[in-house]
Amino acid sequence: MSAISLRDVTKLWGNARAVDSVSFEAAAGRFLVLLGPSGCGKSTTLRLIAGLEQLSSGRICIGDADVTGLPPARRRVSMVFQSYALFPHLSVAENIVFGLRVRDVAPRERGERLAKVAALLGLTELLERKPSQLSGGQQQRVALGRAIIAQTPVCLMDEPLSNLDAQLRQEMRREIRALQQKLGITMIYVTHDQTEAMTMADQVVLLRDGHVEQDGTPDELYGRPATVFAARFIGTPPMNVLAGVPGAGEGRLLGVRPEDVRLGVEGLPGTVESVEYLGADSIVSCRVGGQPFNVRVARHASAAPGEAVRLSWNTDAVHLFDAQTGKRMERATALAQKVA
Amino acid sequence: MNRASAQAQIHGWLLLLPAAALLALFTHYPALATLWHSFYSSPKGGRPALWVGLDNYRGMVEDPVFWQVLGNNLWFAAGTIPVSIALALLMAVWVNGKIAGRGFLRLAYFTPTVLPMIAVANIWLFFYTPTYGLLEQFTVDLLGLPSHNWLGTKSTVLACLIVVTIWKEAGFFMIFYLAALQAIPPSLGEAAAIEGAGRWYYFRRVTFPLLMPTTLFVLVNAVINSFRLVDHIVVMTRGGPDNASSLLLYYIYDVGFKFWDSAYASTLTMVLLAILGTTALLQFGFLERRIHYR
Ligand SMILES: Nc1ncnc2c1ncn2[C@@H]1O[C@H](COP(=O)(O)OP(=O)(O)OP(=O)(O)O)[C@@H](O)[C@H]1O
Ligand SMILES: [Mg+2]
Repeated sequence: MSAISLRDVTKLWGNARAVDSVSFEAAAGRFLVLLGPSGCGKSTTLRLIAGLEQLSSGRICIGDADVTGLPPARRRVSMVFQSYALFPHLSVAENIVFGLRVRDVAPRERGERLAKVAALLGLTELLERKPSQLSGGQQQRVALGRAIIAQTPVCLMDEPLSNLDAQLRQEMRREIRALQQKLGITMIYVTHDQTEAMTMADQVVLLRDGHVEQDGTPDELYGRPATVFAARFIGTPPMNVLAGVPGAGEGRLLGVRPEDVRLGVEGLPGTVESVEYLGADSIVSCRVGGQPFNVRVARHASAAPGEAVRLSWNTDAVHLFDAQTGKRMERATALAQKVA
Repeated sequence: MNRASAQAQIHGWLLLLPAAALLALFTHYPALATLWHSFYSSPKGGRPALWVGLDNYRGMVEDPVFWQVLGNNLWFAAGTIPVSIALALLMAVWVNGKIAGRGFLRLAYFTPTVLPMIAVANIWLFFYTPTYGLLEQFTVDLLGLPSHNWLGTKSTVLACLIVVTIWKEAGFFMIFYLAALQAIPPSLGEAAAIEGAGRWYYFRRVTFPLLMPTTLFVLVNAVINSFRLVDHIVVMTRGGPDNASSLLLYYIYDVGFKFWDSAYASTLTMVLLAILGTTALLQFGFLERRIHYR
C-alpha cells in the first residue's frame, strides 16, 4: 500500500495549460476518482502519475519515494487503459502474464498467480482465447487481470468502463470496487461519469480546465459543493442556481437541489414547461422569472404543462454562492453580512 | 436459387468480366501458349516448328549455362531478400521513432524507389568504375588497397548487383513497414513500458509479431522481384563476365531475343513460372496459417 501525492503539478502543451498546478493526496488503500468534463486534463494527470508524460513542473510522490523523474517501469504502478491496450496476437493468459515474463518470474509462480487472478475475474475458461474473440466486458477483465497480477500497490484506470453497456458497467463498477478493497490497492480512477464517481469513490477530485475545483468525499461534493460548477456538475438533473431571488441577496446566487423543492400553494411562482416521468419519480421542468428550474417529485406529478405553480424549500437546503467568483458562501457568513 | 440471387450472380460476373478477359488474354493464354511452345522445336528459316516432346527439357538439363544462371539467381535471391527486408524493418522502426528531421529521413530512404532502375544502374555504374569510380576513390586512394575491377571480375560482380538491388528495394519495403507500424496503437507500447518491457523486448514480443502480415507481403514481393528485376543487368554487365552475373530472366531474354531460340526460351520460362508458382503457394499456404491477422 502506498499513498500518492501531487504537489503543484503542471503540464503544458505548448502554451496551453492542460494541467494547472494540481495538488491532491490519496491515502494508501483509498479509491480516488478524478472527475471532470471532457478535456479538463484527467487523462493527462493520470499519465503524469504513470510516468507516460513528463511534467512541466511540480512533484509526484508514491509512497515515500519522489517518482517525478522515474520511468514508468520504476514507479510500481499498474494501469488499465481506456482502450484496454491488450496485445492482439497474444492469448488471454499471455496478456495477463506479460509483465511477469518481462520480470522473469519463475514459471511455477507465474502459473499459480495466473490461476488465482483468472479465478478471481472469472477468466479461467477463456485463457486460450485471443482478445478479438472476447466480448467488451471480458476484454476489460483481461486488462484488469494484467493490472492486478503485478501486485503493485497502486493501480491507475482511465475510463475503463466507457465502452460497456449500462448493465455491464454497473456490474463491473461493483467488481472493481470489491477487488480494490479486497486487495487494498490505492486506486486512481478517471471518469467523466458522475454516477461512477459517486458510487465508487472514497475521495473525488473534481477537475475543470486543468485545475482542481473541489477535493472531497462524494458526500461533501454533493452536500457542500464548493463552487457553482461543482454544484451543477454533480447530480441529475443539476442543482437549480438562481440569481435575484428573495433569500439570496445582492451579488449572490441561490442554489437548491431539485429533490429539496416542494410544489405547493406558497412560495416562488413559476410555470410548468414539461414533465418527465422516470418511474420512481418525475422531473417537472419549470420556468421561474425566465430561468429554468427543475423539481423532482415522487411518482407521477400531477402538474401539467402551462400550469402555474408555487415552489418552496427549507432554508437548510439552500446553497449560496458568490455571483462574481462562483465560490460557495457559508450561510452563517452570508447571514452575518446581511445583518451588518 | 431464386431469381433475385441469380440476377445478383450474373451482375457480379459481368462486373468481373473486363478484368477477367484482360487477365486471360495477357496472362493465362500466354502462359499456356508458352507451355505449348516448349514442346516444339524453334521454327527456323523455312522449317516450321516440329513436336519434339520433352527434348527441350532434356537439353536444358544438359545446358551448363542454365545451371550456372539458376545458381546465380538463387545466390542473388539469398543475398537480396533477407538483407533488404531486415534493412527496411530497421529503417522503418527508426524513422517511426521520435527523432528530429524524420520527415526528411523518410523521404531520403524512399528516394531510391522513386528513381527508375535504369537511372539507378547508371549511378552505380559510376560508383563501381575502376580507378576513378567512387568506390575506388575510397578503397584505393584512402585505404591504399590495390585497384580492382568490381564489375569485371567473376567473383565480385554478383555481389555488386546484390548491393544495388538492396539499395533500391529497402526503401520501398520500408514504406509498407512504416504504414503497419503506424497502425499499431501507441497504448500497446505504453502498457508494455509500465510493465517494464525494454525496447528490444517490446519489439521481439509485440512489434515484430504484429508486423508478420506485412513481412509476408514484403517477402512475396521480394521473392518475385529477385526473379523479375533485370534492368540493372542490362545496363551494368549484360550478364558478364562469362555469365557470372546472368540471372534466369536475363538468360531467357538472351536465348529468346539474341539467339532467337524461342522454343528453348519457352522451356526456361516454364522453369521460372514453376519457381514463382511454388514459392507463392508455399508462402500463402504455409506461412499464412502461422501468422496472426487482426
Ligand atoms: N499530446 C497532446 N498534445 C497537445 N495537447 C494535448 C495532448 N494531449 C492532451 N492535450 C490537451 O490537453 C487537454 C486535456 O486533455 P486530456 O486528455 O487530459 O482530457 P480528459 O480530461 O482526459 O478528457 P476526456 O474526458 O475527453 O478523455 C485537452 O485540451 C487536450 O486537447
Ligand atoms: Mg481522457
